[in-house]
Formats: sequence, C-alpha cells, structure tokens
Amino acid sequence: MKRKIAVVPCSGIGKSLGAAAREAAFILAEDLRPDATKIVALSLLVMGDEEARREVEGGEAVAIDGCKLECAAKGLACSGAARVNKVAVFDVIRRHRGLKPEGVCDLNEDGLKLARATADEAAKIVDDANAEGGHA
Amino acid sequence: MPDLPRKKVGLISCSGEELPEGTVTRRAVRKVLETLRPDDTVTLCLPLFLAGGEGERSFARFYPTIAIDGCDKRCAARATEKYSAKPAASIVVTDIAKERGCGAIGTARRLNAEGLRLADEVAGKIVEETDRLLKKKPKGSVRGSDRGKS
Repeated sequence: MKRKIAVVPCSGIGKSLGAAAREAAFILAEDLRPDATKIVALSLLVMGDEEARREVEGGEAVAIDGCKLECAAKGLACSGAARVNKVAVFDVIRRHRGLKPEGVCDLNEDGLKLARATADEAAKIVDDANAEGGHA
Repeated sequence: MPDLPRKKVGLISCSGEELPEGTVTRRAVRKVLETLRPDDTVTLCLPLFLAGGEGERSFARFYPTIAIDGCDKRCAARATEKYSAKPAASIVVTDIAKERGCGAIGTARRLNAEGLRLADEVAGKIVEETDRLLKKKPKGSVRGSDRGKS
C-alpha cells in the first residue's frame, strides 16, 4: 500500500488566509485526494508527537501556508520530511485577483473559493509527486 | 503619568486539524476575541509561536496567557511553557466535553450543533479565566456558559 503524503496546513488563527489554508487541507485530504493524502497537525508535529513524526519522516509532504512566514513549511523542514512541497495561499490569491476572503471560523464565499483554488494546486503537486514514483 | 500599555490576556489555541476538538478551540477563541472580550484579549498564533515568532513569544513572557487545547496532548500549553512561560490558565476541550456529557460533535472540518454548543461552553470558560486574570467582576452571564448546567 502506498504511503500517504502528509499535508500540513498552518491554520493561522489571526487572518482569513490561514483559515483558507486550513480549509484547503480539508478539501484536498477529504474531497480531492483522500486516498493519497493525510492531514498531520502542525502543533503535534513540532511538539515531537511520535505518531505525527512517523507520518512525515522520509516522505513527501505538502505545506499549505497562509502568510509569508511559512510556519508550516518551516515546521515540516525540521521534522524529517524528505521533500517539502510548498503551497502558499498568499501566492494563490495573486492568481485569482478579485477574491476578497473574509472570516476565520466561517470563511465567506470568496474565502471558500480561494481554499478550493489552493487545494487544486496542492492536488497537482500530489499527483506530480506520485507520478514521479518517489513516494512509495 | 506614563501611558502604560493596557493589560491583555493572550489566547493560544491548538487549532489541531486531526480532531474536532481542535476546531472547537479555534471557534471558542475567535468568539472571545471578536464578541465576548474584544478589549481584553489578543490571539497568539500557535504556528508562528512554534516557528520562532519573537513577537508572540515575547508577549507570552510578559503577559498572562490562556492555552486552549483540544486534547490531553496539550500542545498549546506545552509550547507556551517551552518557549515563553507557563500559561496562567490551561483549558482542555475533551475535559469540558466529558464534564458536560457531550455526544458526537461533528468533524474537524464541520462541527455539528453539539460541537457549536461545546465551543460556546469553552468560550464561556475562557471568559471566566480572562476575568479572573484581569481581576474583573463578571459582566453577567455569558451566552453559552450557563448552558447545560440545569
């Protein structure tokens, strides 16, 4: 059985882009690529939870970050992932001008569209990683 | 008289994506910040805190914090203590859910009605702790905090 790719969203609580990162991770892991991905909580990973570390160590991982500080990518980089693929909501929104995401717990319609666009980009990364065959 | 910064309480939620209780922490904290105690609280971003955000860590060194965790792994409380100072209060959602006899609360992605009620309960608990830390008299009943007591 193929190992699932770890998906780690930042889930920042201060801004809508962090919320969009979190929602994108759910869309990716539950709707778009449920057989190929698994969400791993950033806080568990960074605090050294053994099970979370096992999900990441030596494998491909996708970090979905809301802001330029890239906390999820940094956390993954320190957790033994073989390759960290970055998806940045702040870049995705530049490619979807006109979206005005609002809300944190309850994203507005534009926030959900942004999350979906982010998840679509992440799904392509997952497909590419699996096509390369480097993720057995 | 110097213009001293107003004392606020920092709220740090785990936001764990693997359990619905992580989503409860997030919703409860935002409710306190946006509605219940907007003048008395700030949120500290746990991912930033973990990634070395000096602003977040400094705040938690000098101001009281409340860690709100979804489960007994207590990532938010342990991270706060490890990188700044012991939180002034620590709330664990699974403990509150057990006390209240909560049933299924939905998923991490979407809380059900029970999950939303639990988030209100947790928000009420955060308010109690905030008022205690700021030595404020209770401002009357907080929506959600009385629910389920009868």
